[in-house]
Amino acid sequence: MDDLHIWLAIAVMSIVTAATRFLPFLLFSGKKKTPKLIERLGKTLPYAIMGMLVVYCLKGVHFGGLSGFLPPLLACLAVGATYVWKRNTLFSIISGTVLYMVLVQFVF
Amino acid sequence: MNKTVKKAFVDTLPVMTGYLVLGFGFGIVLHAAGYGLPVALAMSLFIYAGSMQYAAIGLFTGGASLVTVGLTTLMVNARHLFYGISMIDKYKDTGKRKPYLIFALTDETYSLVCRDLTQIPLKQRRSYYLLVSLLDHLYWVAGTALGAVAGSLIHFNSEGIDFALTALFVTVFLEQWLSSKDHLPALAGLGVSLLCLPIFGAEGFLIPAMLGIAVILCLYKGKREGGKEQNG
Repeated sequence: MDDLHIWLAIAVMSIVTAATRFLPFLLFSGKKKTPKLIERLGKTLPYAIMGMLVVYCLKGVHFGGLSGFLPPLLACLAVGATYVWKRNTLFSIISGTVLYMVLVQFVF
Repeated sequence: MNKTVKKAFVDTLPVMTGYLVLGFGFGIVLHAAGYGLPVALAMSLFIYAGSMQYAAIGLFTGGASLVTVGLTTLMVNARHLFYGISMIDKYKDTGKRKPYLIFALTDETYSLVCRDLTQIPLKQRRSYYLLVSLLDHLYWVAGTALGAVAGSLIHFNSEGIDFALTALFVTVFLEQWLSSKDHLPALAGLGVSLLCLPIFGAEGFLIPAMLGIAVILCLYKGKREGGKEQNG
């Protein structure tokens, strides 16, 4: 791609990304009250979305060999176990990530 | 230090780790693909959407048309629509901050601001939203700049370091799970996504999964009324 095309592509990505972020607010946050259904959805969605994002992050997992699923599985278990134990987000993230890096770089 | 500033900083530390590392990685990969600091900075400042920026490198090197670029962005970022829906009430009356708050609503920022923050008084809560958004944006841009500059200088095996963000989502998921009596929404999110993944594939499962989740949550009235409300 030449320079102009790159900058145009960046502009397109910026505008479309912003549009996905602004659209719900433009649709529902006028002077009118937010519809009940949307309000209810807004309260339950955070729980569902975190589940979806976890799956999204692990979408590359496959069962064609141990290396396809063991590193993420073990690292997720480490994050979960340390979090239930210490309730310290940072500690869990660092433990899990270090374990994952060791697993993918040296073990599998 | 001001209590709100301190809380925002401490809460964003995991995001700082993830964003510095992932931003750094993005800068390096972009450099390797032949694009320098100005392109890297512009992307992290104005697009500010991690997975899309990584995807963009493939689009650049593949010479994708602007239409393809636009459609890919829409597909990759459609999940933002959901974040907006659950932040409409919380971001109500945030005044001049609002456009920036909405612009900066990434996965990670969302995972922090969507939590139950009712223990923070309303006025400080609005500053908290802004501080979290600004700090996260700063980490991302700083990481990108460092990566773009370091590009060819540093060689260390960072394979697997992107797991930091997966780990962040796992901890937020657990935090929400442990603080709520009603697990159906969380289970719906996990279950529908797991169901859609093999059917639609890794590249295409997000949109059907979101539709499925939306349908289930719309039909669901739940124990929510009696349970802990997530509002404010």
